[in-house]
Amino acid sequence: MNAYEGLVDTGEERHWAFGTGFTAALSGVDRALPAEVDTEDLTAYCLMLGDDALILSQRLAEWCSRAPELEEDVALANIALDLLGQARLLLTRAAEADGVACDEDTLAFTRDEHEFRNVRLVEIDCGPGPGGDFAATIARLLVFSTYRLALLQRLTGSRDPVLAAVAAKGVKEVAYHRDHAAQWTLRLAGGTEFSRERMVAGLERVWPFVDELFAPHPVEARLPGIAVDSATLRAEVDEVLDTVFAAASLARPEVSPLATVAGRGGRDGVHTEAMGYLLAEMQHVHRSMPGATW
Amino acid sequence: MELEHEFERVVAADHRVEPRDWMPDGYRRTLIRQIAQHAHSEIIGMQPEGNWISRAPSLRRKAILLAKVQDEAGHGLYLYAAAETLGADREDLTAKLVEGRQKYSSIFNYPTLTFADVGVIGWLVDGAAIVNQVPLCRTSYGPYARAMIRVCKEESFHQRQGYELLLTMMRGTQAQRDMVQRSVDRWWWPSLMMFGPPDTESTNTEQSMKWRIKRHTNDELRQKFVDMTVPQAEKLGVTLPDPDLRWNAERGHHDFGEIDWAEFWQVVGGDGPCNAQRIAHRRKAHEDGAWVREAAAAYAAKKSGEEQVA
Repeated sequence: MNAYEGLVDTGEERHWAFGTGFTAALSGVDRALPAEVDTEDLTAYCLMLGDDALILSQRLAEWCSRAPELEEDVALANIALDLLGQARLLLTRAAEADGVACDEDTLAFTRDEHEFRNVRLVEIDCGPGPGGDFAATIARLLVFSTYRLALLQRLTGSRDPVLAAVAAKGVKEVAYHRDHAAQWTLRLAGGTEFSRERMVAGLERVWPFVDELFAPHPVEARLPGIAVDSATLRAEVDEVLDTVFAAASLARPEVSPLATVAGRGGRDGVHTEAMGYLLAEMQHVHRSMPGATW
Repeated sequence: MELEHEFERVVAADHRVEPRDWMPDGYRRTLIRQIAQHAHSEIIGMQPEGNWISRAPSLRRKAILLAKVQDEAGHGLYLYAAAETLGADREDLTAKLVEGRQKYSSIFNYPTLTFADVGVIGWLVDGAAIVNQVPLCRTSYGPYARAMIRVCKEESFHQRQGYELLLTMMRGTQAQRDMVQRSVDRWWWPSLMMFGPPDTESTNTEQSMKWRIKRHTNDELRQKFVDMTVPQAEKLGVTLPDPDLRWNAERGHHDFGEIDWAEFWQVVGGDGPCNAQRIAHRRKAHEDGAWVREAAAAYAAKKSGEEQVA
């Protein structure tokens, strides 16, 4: 087709010049809610996993046009896009389970900070802002993708067919994210003296937030066969990280875990001070134009 | 002489010149300059749209925008690769960009002030880029022509996504329609400037046309863009900000008003609204990333050393 051809002839049918070839990510998956499930818990669980992906995607996208090399601009944007895709599927499932008339955008753009259920690890500034640098970004990605891959692998067996399908799709993506982070960990740790210092500092930056990933949550406990018990992931994650650290001649950081606030952390809607600014930026346009369609 | 005749024969026959073929130095220099400027434009072009990724008002639009900006990085990459087939070096070209010794498309020196700008850039700026670039798919240098085929396909996709965003916004609230109109008011004239100075003042056109690097003059392409865009604006329900814009049945084209060439030369000369900001952003990313590139190189050197020992 001639790329000059006007848009007006075909615009109504959303008829793209070169075709899209896209099919819906979960087409053919049974969307009925599993029997005997507390829908409030299922909603909360989908938000936990969906918000992790959404907020880390928001952070990673900050690198766009700021990466150390063009190839890395492409790679980080790609990882952010994968996570955004996972977030959209999970928030859509949360909206379905909730039963109230809402969708992925209502959940992403109109919830207040205390309603977000992501772990604090994904929301802190690990660069390109002043809170970190490329090494801290890689350190967080290594930890998070190792944790999420272990989680999604188990979730493929979930009794909720939608969660199982999201997990099956996500496993392939996150395996690549983990590999990318591990490859950079080797290079930064084994590159120059300076890059090694930055890698060590990056791991120290994120390490206080690691324990929260494995804290068992009551929502998980109330969804047997559907959710994954986070505490069961620790051994595998430790093993993978130790393997990477050994190959990179790095020591596991000796940094104490960050306390919760009166027993509550990110999964319970109690976040770091960074979260408010992140949401203010993310939600501003959507909230400023009530009734708008995008 | 024989080599030069062979080159001229290839060009005249509309065949492609390939990297290992003999070519005149001027042809090589012109191509390196043009391809590098094109690559720089893709990379600098990531900034004005990237400005809205964090604030995109729906998750679908966020995904579309992030994917688009990622495509631009990809375009930059394979255009730099095309320049390298002529003996240029990406690191050197990047240095020329951040030191202001090579240019990029001036359109990216304008600010993106609302989310409607994302749609209008897709529609007008990518639209103008397509009009400029489709003839380059038949340009005489093979690697450049082949890169442009892929770039044009993706740009066409971006243009349609931009237009679709605007259609959606125009069907939304009055506040959204006003936002689109204000954005069109800001981007229309700079889009017309994307085709470069008028033919009477274009210094590079004649030789480039002879070498079949370029196939149409600036004014021809600008007219084509105006004729193409007017019905799209009508369909959208926006007003193009030019009181002199009207159909001329005699010419079979739209007449349009005089472009503010003083502004054009001011922006090209470095004093556009965002020139300094765009270059500073690119330079900072490049400098901040130096230690990472050094680490990767040092690691690779150590590994290849180990392999040689083993």
